[in-house]
Amino acid sequence: MAAPPRTFAQKALARAAGLAAVEVGQVVDARPDLALSHDNTAAIRQIWLRFGRERVAIPERMAITLDHAVPAPTPRHAQNHAEVRRFVAEQGITHFYEVGRGICHQVFSEEALLEPGQLILGSDSHTPHFGWMGAFGAGIGRSEMAVVWATGELWLRVPESLRIELQGTPPPWVSAKDAALHVIGALGEDGGLYASVEIAGEAVARFSLESRMALANMMAEMGAKTSYLEPDEAVFRWLAERRVRRVAREGRSGGDGEPSTAAIADEAARLQAGALYPDPGAPYTATRRFDLSAIPITVARPHRVDHTIELSDLGEVHVDQAFIGTCTNGRLEDLEIAHRILKGRRVAAGTRLLIVPASSEVLQMALARGWVEDLVASGAHFGTPGCGPCMGNHQGVLAPGEVCVSSANRNFRGRMGEPSAEIYLASPAVVAASAVLGRIASPAEVMES
Amino acid sequence: MTAAHLLRGRVWKYGDSVSTDVIFPGKYTYTLRTPEEIAPHALEDLDPEFARGVRPGDIVVAGRNWGCGSSREQAATCLVANGVGAVVAASFSRIFFRNAWNNCLPAVTCPAAAAAIEPGDVIEVDLDRCLVRCPAGDFSFPPLSPALREILDAGGLIPWAQRRLAG
Ligand code: SF4
Repeated sequence: MAAPPRTFAQKALARAAGLAAVEVGQVVDARPDLALSHDNTAAIRQIWLRFGRERVAIPERMAITLDHAVPAPTPRHAQNHAEVRRFVAEQGITHFYEVGRGICHQVFSEEALLEPGQLILGSDSHTPHFGWMGAFGAGIGRSEMAVVWATGELWLRVPESLRIELQGTPPPWVSAKDAALHVIGALGEDGGLYASVEIAGEAVARFSLESRMALANMMAEMGAKTSYLEPDEAVFRWLAERRVRRVAREGRSGGDGEPSTAAIADEAARLQAGALYPDPGAPYTATRRFDLSAIPITVARPHRVDHTIELSDLGEVHVDQAFIGTCTNGRLEDLEIAHRILKGRRVAAGTRLLIVPASSEVLQMALARGWVEDLVASGAHFGTPGCGPCMGNHQGVLAPGEVCVSSANRNFRGRMGEPSAEIYLASPAVVAASAVLGRIASPAEVMES
Repeated sequence: MTAAHLLRGRVWKYGDSVSTDVIFPGKYTYTLRTPEEIAPHALEDLDPEFARGVRPGDIVVAGRNWGCGSSREQAATCLVANGVGAVVAASFSRIFFRNAWNNCLPAVTCPAAAAAIEPGDVIEVDLDRCLVRCPAGDFSFPPLSPALREILDAGGLIPWAQRRLAG
């Protein structure tokens, strides 16, 4: 008898649990290929100590970055970082990235620490981000991460899968972020609750890898346990090149010299062989189709991500702070579009524009292209690569009653540190245009003036 | 420690989509750690009365998608630190749900009860009979999965994992 068709989630969790096949609803002991933590590492260590072990079970599978409150805003935050550094040294954890390297999801992607078809568990709710490469990424709590460190595995329930199909070409100024906000607005902020959200359709391959990251990242806001985009040649090549370079660097101290194209092609073929795809006819709870050509520039109003509206229907909203950054939209293409809109223009009086690159690599590339200089000349100010004010820790938190238009993923009340402040979510292009006009605005309006 | 299977308490009632950002603000998550430190900030940006008025055994009742947003475990442990006995909701975000059970805080999905319960009611949550009893009536919920029951009866995820490691 032929095996029944299976979803990506079934295949990925079967592999991670070392089983031939798993059913939806089955609880499995899954071994993550990568365990992600960040500034919360020191608190997880406190819990892990209860196991009374001297060594973590899986130092080579742990990846840690300092990103959520960097550079340390208070002595207590600095103390927290110091504890993380001590733990990393003590346990011999090599995948550790210092203050200033960038946001965990971005950095571990850039470093190619994970492969298509693998499982990453992260003590961070945006771990579904890694769906951009066709990996299974799920957020877990601190106690759960302590268990992963101690035992190398964690129980997971095989989730139902929801399929989203994207067709068509988006109109000018409509980005992956607009598409994500539109989909969440249509399905609701719990529209993907507990599900593996598997995004397919001919439009996916046309999105840049950076845009795919934004799409996968945003699915966490719909309650998704994980998200998934079918990996293609572009994914394999991007990761292969980075893996080959990193392994060469790590192997021979400093190892320079260009990796051969043959080595990269071999690595890409290996990654492709490990990729997982859902079977035709796999059991989805629902399939929802969206035509990108009909999606408008979309904004989410306070204080819910599904409180979406077409930008043209929004009306006048004054902006105190415009913020470009985060694991959703702090990448090179986001800075590029901001640069296109802001170059030769000024940030409006009464408005401030904060840009926090998602990683040091993004910052370096933007510097090399001269964008940072132009953006600063336009009146923007830059923060250290990391999360910035996204979760209200530091670096650009809001005053009572202030309005922020942000390229982030969350606009919950109090998210940026002050419950009476209001956060609107939008694409980086809309944030840049809003900075110029001092009110939430379409990039078309700026570019045509 | 074995967790109780019958919880009885006074209700604090909230609406839909209450995020972890108002249950336990992000600005405290890397600096406050002990139960004594986190308890006073529970629901700080949602209901300032809560941390002042909550009594051990009280039960939080909410609408859809309680605990959406961040993975921060303190969203569950700040309720435990205040002695909250259980959370009953129409639905939970998946990470809050796991964090709650892992800390022996029963998170019971029961939309009918969540709709019928009024603020200030005294209700009972019976984990063995899968029933929520409130002034408006009795409402049943699906049985706990064996995985959750094992964790609850072990006294939480960490003791459960310790036991498994000990073999
Ligand atoms: S940028 Fe924001 S959403 Fe992304 S990991 Fe950092 S705090 Fe979380």
